[in-house]
Amino acid sequence: MSNAPKPAIAPPIPGLVGDAIVWIDARFPLVKLYKEQVAEYYAPKNFNFWYYFGSLAMLVLVMQIVTGILLTMNYKPDAKFAFASVEYIMRDVPWGWLIRYMHSTGASLFFLVVYLHMMRGLMYGSYRKPRELLWIFGCMIYLALMAEAFFGYLLPWGQMSYWGAQVIINLFGAIPIVGEDLAVWIRGDFSISDATLNRFFAFHVIALPLVLLGLVAAHLVALHEVGSNNPDGIEINKTPDPKTGTPMDGIPFHPYYTVKDIFGVVVFLGVFSAIVFFAPEMGGYFLEAPNFIQADPLKTPEHIAPVWYFTPFYAMLRAVPSMFGSQFPGVAVMGAATMILFLLPWLDRGKVKSIRYRGPIYKRFLTAFVISFLVLGYLGVVPTTVWGQLSKGLPLIGGADVATIVARVLTVVYFAFFILMPWYTKVDKEKPEPERVTF
Amino acid sequence: MTAIVLNQVDPKKRRFLIAASSVVGAGAAAAVAVPFVASMLPSARAVAAGAPVPVDLNKIEPGQLLTVEFRGAPHWVIKRTPEMVAQLDKHDALLADAKSDASKQPEYAKNPSRSLKPEILVLRGVCTHLGCSPTFRKEIGAADLGADWPGGFFCPCHQSKFDMSGRVFAGMPAPTNLSIPPYKFLSDTSLLIGDDSKGA
Repeated sequence: MSNAPKPAIAPPIPGLVGDAIVWIDARFPLVKLYKEQVAEYYAPKNFNFWYYFGSLAMLVLVMQIVTGILLTMNYKPDAKFAFASVEYIMRDVPWGWLIRYMHSTGASLFFLVVYLHMMRGLMYGSYRKPRELLWIFGCMIYLALMAEAFFGYLLPWGQMSYWGAQVIINLFGAIPIVGEDLAVWIRGDFSISDATLNRFFAFHVIALPLVLLGLVAAHLVALHEVGSNNPDGIEINKTPDPKTGTPMDGIPFHPYYTVKDIFGVVVFLGVFSAIVFFAPEMGGYFLEAPNFIQADPLKTPEHIAPVWYFTPFYAMLRAVPSMFGSQFPGVAVMGAATMILFLLPWLDRGKVKSIRYRGPIYKRFLTAFVISFLVLGYLGVVPTTVWGQLSKGLPLIGGADVATIVARVLTVVYFAFFILMPWYTKVDKEKPEPERVTF
Repeated sequence: MTAIVLNQVDPKKRRFLIAASSVVGAGAAAAVAVPFVASMLPSARAVAAGAPVPVDLNKIEPGQLLTVEFRGAPHWVIKRTPEMVAQLDKHDALLADAKSDASKQPEYAKNPSRSLKPEILVLRGVCTHLGCSPTFRKEIGAADLGADWPGGFFCPCHQSKFDMSGRVFAGMPAPTNLSIPPYKFLSDTSLLIGDDSKGA
């Protein structure tokens, strides 16, 4: 930052407001920020449906913060009172039910929006140079979001809260040598208890929201530094307007995309409200039935499954058998499935970024990847016995659950998408990219 | 004060000072991290809350399971019927660790029945996979567990199966048998979970 004297700027608006802006601008780069980040931030003009989800994720983040603050005013992070305080919010606090359902629905829709946002990045190559760091910040947001959701899910202190946390903390317990001590350190006790609940509350309402906000800021700064990608995957900076120097295929974020995003917000809030008012539990997918029973450390619910947004990884965890007297391989596979996302910018060797100009092999791999993610997500919510057993006569896998075998195959497909990417993106027959963006 | 002129700067000395102060600063940060990290360990109260639990065996019918809480986790005492004990050695080939070599139990429970007295089984009711509490499924050949189900424990979380002495079947997510806590008989009809010291 330079502290050289600033040139006086003309009042942008006449009158008191203009004077106030000039006064602030002499002390804080208000107009400069507004121009750089909003009014003169040029985004490609060919954004489509898939470009709603970034701004929608911001909207959900704000909603979660606001409803979360209101919830903390009545919630008690104490194993004796937590469950009852949530019921108190639902029954006795004015509009408490609405705020709580907005928060629980918001959690699920946050993941829905983020998954669609990530899918957009995959399809149009938004992780490719020069957007590698932008992608990495995004992956970190995704990890922070998973942690935030996990900590939050313990707070109602229901059966699913308790046993879900039990399973996830034991994932760390499975790490060789240090695992046991690490799990005790995370819980603050030898089993999940009041100490665990209290610290998860601290993580959920202070630590991770701060991390998330910082990462979102970094994500946006990185985005505005390199500029937005677009469905063609070509750089609009390469074709500037000879007169103005701004990209010929770019339009200012405000008013063009603010108006577009407002349309997306309206549609989203319509869906959101319908869920909050008519199906806040979403048939047990957003709020699971055993969670309406208070946590009982002595009794595991008959069928336990995580909330839907974790189930693809959960299905992988379940599919990997224990090896060498340790359940760590399954945990490692599950961890690797999320961490491998970070490597994506360096695995892709294709010349083009967008799916529009990719060759047939890439398209098949991406389709297989999406299908495996969705089917794994389904398998994660149902018992492994859902598709019955293979006949005992088969060699090697005879008698095994069909769903487990399918989950193993799909786990391999999931990883093959990444591990084989350097090969198939290189040999694929790609189409030439256009000079200018298309619609 | 005299103004510092650029050519008076000694870069070697400056680099040494920066390195030395960085090392001291990092040391201080690490020292402060110790109490911060340690404050998340179990408190003195949590450590003290693990007293041994006595169990009255008269309360348990043959074939029945009693759950007691010890150190915040479910522990089971099962009074096995002679039939249950008799079928324990019928399926060794299907087990991952039939001899309990890789599993956690006191030395006196490392035998085929995994117990001091075959008819009384004491187990920590926590799956060795990811910590769920398995369900007691004593009915032989239960429809959902297969016709060859010999009776035992079934974990609802990740579908691990254990036999009637808590030994895990091969190919399950759980790597080892259910663990056995230290315990001792106080008399013929009562035992103490969490303490196996000799003497009074």
